[in-house]
Amino acid sequence: MPVLNTRVNGKTVQKEIKPTTLLVAFLRDGMGLTGTHVGCDTSQCGACVVHVDGVAVKSCTMLALQAEGADIQTIEDLAGDDGTLHPVQQAFQKHHALQCGFCTPGMIMASVALLSANPRPSPAQIRHGLEGNICRCTGYQNIVNAVLDASGQLGG
Amino acid sequence: MYPFLYQRPTSLDDALKSFRSADDACYLAGGQTLLPVMKQRLAMPSDVIDLASIGELRGFTVAQDRLSIGAMTSHAVVAQAAEIKSCIPGLSHLAGTIGDPHVRNRGTLGGSIANNDPAADYPAALVALDAVIHTDRREIAAADFFKELFETALEGDELVVRVEFPLPQKSAYIKFPNPASRYAMVGVFAAVVSGAARLAATGARSCVFRLHQMEQALDKNFDAAALAGHSLSAEGLTVDMHASAEYRAHLIGVLARRAVDAANGRGSGS
Ligand SMILES: Cc1cc2nc3c(=O)[nH]c(=O)nc-3n(C[C@H](O)[C@H](O)[C@H](O)COP(=O)(O)OP(=O)(O)OC[C@H]3O[C@@H](n4cnc5c(N)ncnc54)[C@H](O)[C@@H]3O)c2cc1C
Ligand code: FES
Ligand code: FES
Repeated sequence: MPVLNTRVNGKTVQKEIKPTTLLVAFLRDGMGLTGTHVGCDTSQCGACVVHVDGVAVKSCTMLALQAEGADIQTIEDLAGDDGTLHPVQQAFQKHHALQCGFCTPGMIMASVALLSANPRPSPAQIRHGLEGNICRCTGYQNIVNAVLDASGQLGG
Repeated sequence: MYPFLYQRPTSLDDALKSFRSADDACYLAGGQTLLPVMKQRLAMPSDVIDLASIGELRGFTVAQDRLSIGAMTSHAVVAQAAEIKSCIPGLSHLAGTIGDPHVRNRGTLGGSIANNDPAADYPAALVALDAVIHTDRREIAAADFFKELFETALEGDELVVRVEFPLPQKSAYIKFPNPASRYAMVGVFAAVVSGAARLAATGARSCVFRLHQMEQALDKNFDAAALAGHSLSAEGLTVDMHASAEYRAHLIGVLARRAVDAANGRGSGS
């Protein structure tokens, strides 16, 4: 079996894997990082979004072997070592931007990527930037509010 | 997915050698089409040849009169690079309308045109801009490259290396996206290349096509007003659950006028 050399949440990983292994399966089953969800498994919903070399990707639509030499970051790595939540996580909590929570890891990883490219997005830009993420509970308004707040645009 | 052998060559030559020595090989770019197809077991290649480590396929260059973009360049790079935005604004705008940000981070120019989905966006730009596709063995004009539904002029093992675009005087793309898939229900790219008006439509037939009559009207006066009274027959246009042929014919007229407006600096689209 081929060997994958990569970094996951700052740690170097070397693992034998089957070529058919998807990145999301490697993270969840291989690394035990079950924060990344599988919603549709057909590239539609964005529940599986992680960062590869700093950009958001759908990990159900990438082979683990395509991440050779890459830096992967998952939702588990956002909070500080002392458990302090990332500002985007705090904003999601404050604004009730989740109901069942299934889409939340992908929404948050997508929002963090969006804010690093555009630190002060307009509501329209937030909606455009989250087009690849579907919330079955349809809580979009609060998600947009949370991202606005995380970018410091709601005051208070 | 059916099992396969994964290969990651570092040169064009090695990629071609790997392809030829395998039973039934397939190139892998960003995987945004190929992996879903393999997951549905609609494809079962013996070997998957990942193009990610081949330097010749990456990056873009702007020369005096042309822009050259490597096959493995992502839609996100085309959408964001300031040089591309300034020399072909319509192309950069088009790349920013493909799918969603995550798809744009992985999907590539080469993969999109090699796949030739009838609702894909890039084919409209390549045909309207009179681009030339450079492969490992020859140059193919965009007009000859896109053949039919999911069919191109590429031979089995032929690799798209880069696409060269002559710099247009004007360019814009307007897309009416399917609200669920975000692929083009219809998209029209309008450009002025070497002084001539060129319009191409995607999403409306099995393959991209030019709007010759409208081009003639625009040659005299590249203004949306010149298109007044021009309509396209619905005959031969795609009918599916999303839209009738008549609706698509109507959209082409509306989007063509908006694309010309946008190319003239009025409204978004460039
Ligand atoms: C949710 C979603 C939404 C999308 N929305 C849109 C949209 O709105 N508009 C649009 O245009 N597209 C859309 N796409 C498609 C996207 O643009 C991809 O770029 C396209 O699917 C090709 O993917 P890829 O570049 O990753 O190529 P791959 O999937 O890796 O490859 C596709 C095909 O091209 C071949 N190939 C790849 N590179 C080369 C090369 N250099 N030479 C020869 N053959 C090659 C492969 O063998 C394969 O057959 C969408 C995709 C998804 C998943
Ligand atoms: S699980 Fe990957 S996009 Fe839905
Ligand atoms: S909170 Fe339930 S899917 Fe989004």
